[in-house]
Formats: sequence, C-alpha cells, structure tokens
Amino acid sequence: MLGLRKVAGVITGAAMLATSALGLGTAQAADDVIKVGVLHSLSGTMAISETTLKDAVLMMVDDLNKNGGLLGKKVEAVVVDPASNWPLFAEKARELIEVEDVDVVFGCWTSVSRKSVLPVFEELNSMLFYPVQYEGEESSRNVFYTGAAPNQQAIPAVEYLMSEEGGSVERWVLAGTDYVYPRTTNKILESFLKAKGVAEEDIMISYTPFGHSDWQTIVSDIKKFGSEGKKTAVVSTINGDANVPFYKELGNQGIDAADIPVVAFSVGEEELAGLDTAPLVGHLAAWNYFMSVESEENDAFIKKWKAFIGDDKRVTNDPMEATYIGFKMWTQAVEQAGTTDVDAVRQAMYGQKVKNLTGGTAVMNTNHHLSKPVLIGEIQDNGQIETVWRTEDVVVGDAWSDYIPESAKLVADWTYPYVCGGCEKPMY
Amino acid sequence: MRIILKIIIAAMLFSVAIQAPARADLEEAAGGLLSKSYGDKIQATEAIAATGDARAILLLETLLAGDLYAVKDTDRLVYRKPANGGDQVTDILTDEDLGDLKSGDLTKIRINNRMRGLIKDLLGRLTLLNEDPLLRLKAADAVFKSRPVEMIVPMGDALAAETDTAVAAAMRRALAALNFVHGDTPEVQGEALLILQEESVPEVRSLLSAEANRLAAIQNPSPENQALAKAIDQALAKVEEKLAMLGVVENIFQGISLGSVLLLAAIGLAITFGVMGVINMAHGEMVMIGAYTTYVVQELCRTFAPELLTFSLIAAIPAAFIVAGLCGVAIERSIIRFLYGRPLETLLATWGLSLVLQQFVRTIFGPTNKEVSSPDWLSGTWEITGGLALTYNRIAIIFFAAAVLVMLMLVLRKTSFGLQMRAVTQNRKMGASMGIRTGWVDAMTFGLGSGVAGMAGVALSQIDNVSPNLGQAYIIDSFMVVVFGGVGNLWGTLVGALSLGITNKFLEPYTGAVLAKILVLVFIILFIQKRPRGLFALKGRAVEN
Repeated sequence: MLGLRKVAGVITGAAMLATSALGLGTAQAADDVIKVGVLHSLSGTMAISETTLKDAVLMMVDDLNKNGGLLGKKVEAVVVDPASNWPLFAEKARELIEVEDVDVVFGCWTSVSRKSVLPVFEELNSMLFYPVQYEGEESSRNVFYTGAAPNQQAIPAVEYLMSEEGGSVERWVLAGTDYVYPRTTNKILESFLKAKGVAEEDIMISYTPFGHSDWQTIVSDIKKFGSEGKKTAVVSTINGDANVPFYKELGNQGIDAADIPVVAFSVGEEELAGLDTAPLVGHLAAWNYFMSVESEENDAFIKKWKAFIGDDKRVTNDPMEATYIGFKMWTQAVEQAGTTDVDAVRQAMYGQKVKNLTGGTAVMNTNHHLSKPVLIGEIQDNGQIETVWRTEDVVVGDAWSDYIPESAKLVADWTYPYVCGGCEKPMY
Repeated sequence: MRIILKIIIAAMLFSVAIQAPARADLEEAAGGLLSKSYGDKIQATEAIAATGDARAILLLETLLAGDLYAVKDTDRLVYRKPANGGDQVTDILTDEDLGDLKSGDLTKIRINNRMRGLIKDLLGRLTLLNEDPLLRLKAADAVFKSRPVEMIVPMGDALAAETDTAVAAAMRRALAALNFVHGDTPEVQGEALLILQEESVPEVRSLLSAEANRLAAIQNPSPENQALAKAIDQALAKVEEKLAMLGVVENIFQGISLGSVLLLAAIGLAITFGVMGVINMAHGEMVMIGAYTTYVVQELCRTFAPELLTFSLIAAIPAAFIVAGLCGVAIERSIIRFLYGRPLETLLATWGLSLVLQQFVRTIFGPTNKEVSSPDWLSGTWEITGGLALTYNRIAIIFFAAAVLVMLMLVLRKTSFGLQMRAVTQNRKMGASMGIRTGWVDAMTFGLGSGVAGMAGVALSQIDNVSPNLGQAYIIDSFMVVVFGGVGNLWGTLVGALSLGITNKFLEPYTGAVLAKILVLVFIILFIQKRPRGLFALKGRAVEN
C-alpha cells in the first residue's frame, strides 16, 4: 500500500509542488513559475528505465526549489506519460510545449522516440535535453545530447579490449537488438575494426528481436566462435529486457569473463539490479559514469537520491548522471542569460561547464554534445561496476562518426560560421 | 609410498614449472597486491606463484574468488575463514584470527580479467598434484588451454601418479596437446595426434588446423612432415564429424527446450482459449503474476526461513497456481461471464485488463526488474562429453513442462470436474439440464487455465526477466502454438510447441534469430490457410456449433 501511495504521489508530482507552495500560505501566480517538462514513459516496456529518469528530474527540481528556485521563481515539473508509444511521444511533446507552455523538456530514451519528437521541437523552437547514450549521426538545433556519442563509448571500449591490458582481443562478436542504435553502432565498429586490420572472418554479427528470451543458440555459437584459438570478445548492444535472459544464459553455459569477455553499452547498475551477478563477474560495461566511482560529488548525489526515493537499495546509473549534468547546465545557462527564452538560453549553453560526478569537468560543445571522460568497468558480484580503465582526459562528443565515409566529412556546429547540424561547408 | 612419490614429484614440479628464482619471500611478493595499478598486481601474482610457498595456492584461490581483503590500517591480507557458527576474519599468511573486524575496515583486493586468466593458469600449474580430484581436473584443463612448454615433464609425471580415471583422461589430453604443439619430431606429434583425434572439443579443431596451416606453409617438406600433414587432415575430418554430430544433438535439445517453454506458456491458454473459446489477452499477465508470486515467496523465505531458500522455488509452484488461479476466477466472475459469445468485446476487455494488471504490478513492485535467484541445483551445466553441455535449468524446465501436461491431462480425463468441464463446453444446455452448475464450471475452468499459466511463471522466472512486461513477450507465441496445434486439444498444443521450438532452433543458425522468427510466422500463416483448424482438429458436432 505504501508503494501505491508513493506512486500516486509521484504521478501528481506537479500537484505536490503546488502543495508545498500552498504551505507558504500563498498560491503561486503563473508568472512566478518556471515550468520544466518531463517526457519519460511511466508505463509500457520502457517504464523500467525511464521512470528512474523522471524521478531524477523531480529530485533536481525539488533541490533547486529548496535552494531558492531559479531567477527568483519557483520551478515546477510537468510530468506526462508517453507510455512507450512512439507517436504518443510527439503528441505529448506538443502538449507540453503548446498547452503547458514549458520552457524546457527533459526526456526520451530510445532513439525512435527522439526521432519522433524531433520535428515538434524544431517546429515550435523549444528545447530538449536527451540523456541517453546513442548512435550519433544527428545534431539538432533544439536538442542537447548529454549521453555518450559512439566515440565516447563504443570506440574506446573496443580499443581497450584490443590493448594488452584488456586482453589483446583479435576476434569480435557484435551482438545487438535489431533496431537503429545497434545497427548504426555496429556499422561504425565494423569499419573501425577493419581499419585496425581485423579480418572479415574474425567478425561475427548477430541481431535479435526486441525482448528476445531464448539465447541458447546464440550463446553456444559465441562459445564455438571463441574456441578457435584467437582471443575473442563480445560487444553487446543488446537493449532493454533482453539483457537479463542473455546474461543468465551466459552464466549457465559457463562462459567465463576470463575466456570470452562481454562488453555491454546498454547495461548499467539498474539493469543488473534484476540479476544474480555472481556468474557475471569480470564482464565489462562502458559508460561515462559508474555508481562505484569514489568522489565527493558522487557520494553526495547518491545520498541525495536514496533519501529522495526513500529506498536504500536503489542504484544510480549513467543516464541519471547525464540528466544531472543537463539539468545543471540548463539552470546555469538560464541564470547567465537572465531569462528562459529558448534562443538566449541556447547561446548561453555553449561552453557551459558542470563538474562530472566521476571527476573532471563536462563541457557543452557547439555541436550540442558534451565533453566527458570514458570509463570501462567490470561487473562485480554485488551488482556494481568497478572501473578498470578510464580516459586520462575528457573526450569530445562527435556527432558525425569518422568511421562512416558519408558522415566523416560532415560538421555539426551551431555557431558562426557553420550554424548547422551537419554540413560539409560553412553556411556563412 | 605414494605420498613420498608425490612429495618428490611436487618438488620437481616447482623447480621445473616455475623456474624458481631465489625463493623470494611470499610476504614480500604478496605486498605487491596492495597496489592500485593492475600492472603491479600482475607482477605480484607472478612473484607469489614463483615463491613455491605452500600458502601461495590458498592465496591465489582466494584472490581469484574475490574473497581477499586488506585491512585498512595495517595492510594485512585477510580472508573470511569459515569457522564454527560463522566467518572469522583470518590473516591469510599467518592463519591468525583477527577477531571482530567490520566490513568497513576492509578493502577488497580487486582483480581484472587479465589477472583472472593469469591466476587460473598459475593455479593450474600449482595444483596438478592437489589432493582434491576436482582441482586436479581443473588444473589439467587449465594447462590444456594455455599449453606452456615447461609443463610437459610435470604433466607426464602427474599422469603417471594419477589414479582417478576422469582426471587421468583430462591429463592425457593435456599432455597430448602439449606434445602436439611443442613436440619437435613428427613422431612425437603423430603419437599425440592419435589421442587428440578421439576428442570432441572445439579447441582440438583449432589446434589441429593451426598446425595443418603451419605445415602447409613449409616449403619442400620432408616425407615425415608430409605424412604428418596427411594424418592431421584425417584427424581433422574425424573431429569435425564428431563436432557436427554434437551440434545436431545440441540443436535438438535446444529446440525441445524452447518448445517446452512455449508449451508452458501456451498450456494455460489451451484451456481458456482452446476449451472455453475465450480470447484471453490477459493470459500473459497470469504468467507474470505467477513469476511475481515466485519473487514474493522467495523474499518471504529469505526473511523467515533463510535455510529453506533453495527450496522456495518448489513452494512457489502451488502458491503461483493458487494466486493466479484466484485472479482467473475473479476475472471470469467479474468480466468474462458477461461477454460469452461476443469474441470482439472479450478481446478488447481482456486487452484492457492486461494493461491494468501490468500497471497495477508496476505500481506495487516498481518498474524495475526483480531478482529471482536460481538455487544451486538449477545452475550450471551438465557436461555429457567434451563439447556437449546441457544447462540444468533448461533440463528442469523440460521435465516441469511434461509434468504439468500430464497432470492437466489427468484432471481433464480422470476427474469428475474434468468430465463436467468437457460436458459444458460441448453442450452447455444439455450439461445444465443434467444438473451441472455451468456458471461454477466456467469459473473453475478459467481459474484452472490461469493457475497453470501462473505455474509457467515460476519456470519463466528462471530464464527471463521478472518485470511487468514479462507476459507480453509470450502472449503472441502462446496463441501461435494453440492455433497451430489445433484449438481444444492438449496433444495438439504439445506437438505444436515442440515442432515450433525445434523448427526455430534449426533455422536460427542459418538465418539469424530475426529471420527465423519471421519464417516460422510465415509458415504458420500458410499452414492455417491449408488447415484452418490446426494440426489436430476436433471432429464432430461440437465443433460445428
């Protein structure tokens, strides 16, 4: 019953904030409020991942209000539920911008949902912060991408595995769910590997449907592929629910991380929470953030999160850090611009700096992507991921991959003289 | 006598295997593990093994298992030694009990994959003469994989002293691989080949083909080398043939396993849809409720009776049946009974109901996956021969599915409830006039179907996510199986599930998982065109109405 009450409270997140305003004795007039839209699925298949991000935004808003709000005004979160339904994402985005009149939106997880809302944000000139690692090949004037581009996740992970420390891997299995993110990432990785001299027969590519649950054949194929003398690794872009049965099958068939390591780009602390990780110790994940990283900022963030959610067992993950950085950058930009006007805030966003939770400083670049450090970690038996390698410096997010010939020549730069998300020559 | 022999061999082993430098101090070597850098730790690990100290094995094993800690203040290396009534923090080098230390006082010594591989290899060399046959077997396999040249002599000695046949076989294989790779005359290699060609593990294939490639590259080969190359080719063909055979066996097993999962998911639907004719879109949610019941039972067990945790899965089976069954009865009494004979409305109502149930579970348990742990007796693989290993949980699910099917058959055929159920579905008015309470039978039948779906949820919690979306993934497959097998026939459901499973698994290696699924769907569509009533169509007047 407690859970029911909690969720009921959360769904009416906006009402809660209104109540706290009432506590002060006066109802807020509309002018005194800055509205922040939250566009994450709270039901349907993506609820498993996106609900957490909705809570993260509510926590940030709550925190901001406790510290006096923004520009002297209260901040109000408007939460809508696009229900993992891609066309509904576009409708809800329009509702947020036109009806609720929000100043900024934090939202989306899957690439297909982002592609669905993109025309709405561009048509109405609003602003979206997208907090999830993705396949790149995009830079919209109205979107800030705070998750990793392929060169901030996939490429460094593969380079690590190729190095002596990572095990000098020579054979590669690229396994992914069959949709745009894995296909594009694998295309980039395949040409990267070939450029590094990996032969065609040393690369095995395998796609599976969404929610695939019978991994017997693929896992035994991987086992066979890996037993032919050369050191083999699996690069997994398997997404969402399919990961749990995949890892269960790996554990059961006894694929040991010391023999065939699996590096995953979509598996974080949240996904591991539903798993017994003892058989998975040593398998890898590549992100820009791990909960296990020790830093003052991270400790404070985890503490705040656990207190806000009221559950000591909840974990934090990379998209939450990306949401945190995006939200902080936006508040800084609003303060700098002195207004929430989209065009003014956008100009103020460039060069905006926020301390990463893992150390170092994230910077927003003019291609709307962040400069962030890249971390490789190994799964531990307590469900955490422990860093085994990290880039010495931050890596600049690259919207257009250098390893796909058509996109290598494109430049994304929203300042003079380019002012464009993907062109070969300056526009002005 | 054997003990003395062992000691002598052990002494030889250490001097040969680990070209021991001046016996470095184990304490000093172990100190290197405290470093933050993995490079330093790797050096320390090698140094530890090189000391030849008897304590090195325990140290390395503890390190590999991730159970080695350092005390924060004193930098002593410790582990938790199981003692009477709990664990004791014990110094690993001096075996001194350090008394009460909290986990906050300890830092774990972390290792990475490269170290794991190294430690396994080193342990393999150190534990060839261990008392535990399991460790000796592991050691032989580790040497078989890494094949270091300096192990030829110790391996031969260990084999000579070995009494356990299984371990001896593994050692013979490892020795053959060593001789084959490092042997300098074609005779030695040829002899090793005779042993290797009887093996059926994929590693042997890669070993043979690597050597065949090397020989093929030699210009002007000697006659001996030519003969060896020929022998290798023959051996390769033999090994390939064996591997292909094992591949087929493995495929059939995987097909049956997938089929049994489909059968479990569909068998409840075979009752509600097959027998009662209710298009129940909320069937998947009954499976999901069963899986969540498993989770709840396990959590209760963890809280109140931790020692029975490994059996919580068995307790969950009746619990899931009852919970899902009661849900089914409630659904039938409150919604479905008003919609008999109106399939479209039933479809929409149950579809809506499935969304409600999903969100209800999400509200109570949260949107994230819940962990249902597998008991020990369901984890791991059963290695039948080298190269063919079946996982225990899949084997268990096959048996469970068969048991559920048999029990359901018995209920339908041998009980008076089964008789009433069949009577009502075949001719409701006649049944009623014979004094059967048709409403009650409807509710019970729907409850039975839902309860069986709940039991399927217990099995699925072992291989899939326990999340609110669990049921959605299986609803399409379940309908597919029931329609393909023939509505209203449990045998049809069985044959349908198994043939779909096996077809899928035989297609998958050639076409990939995505295309295999599409091809199966296309096949079913075509099949239904030809035989609209499925594989085993019911005959007689009951069907015509």
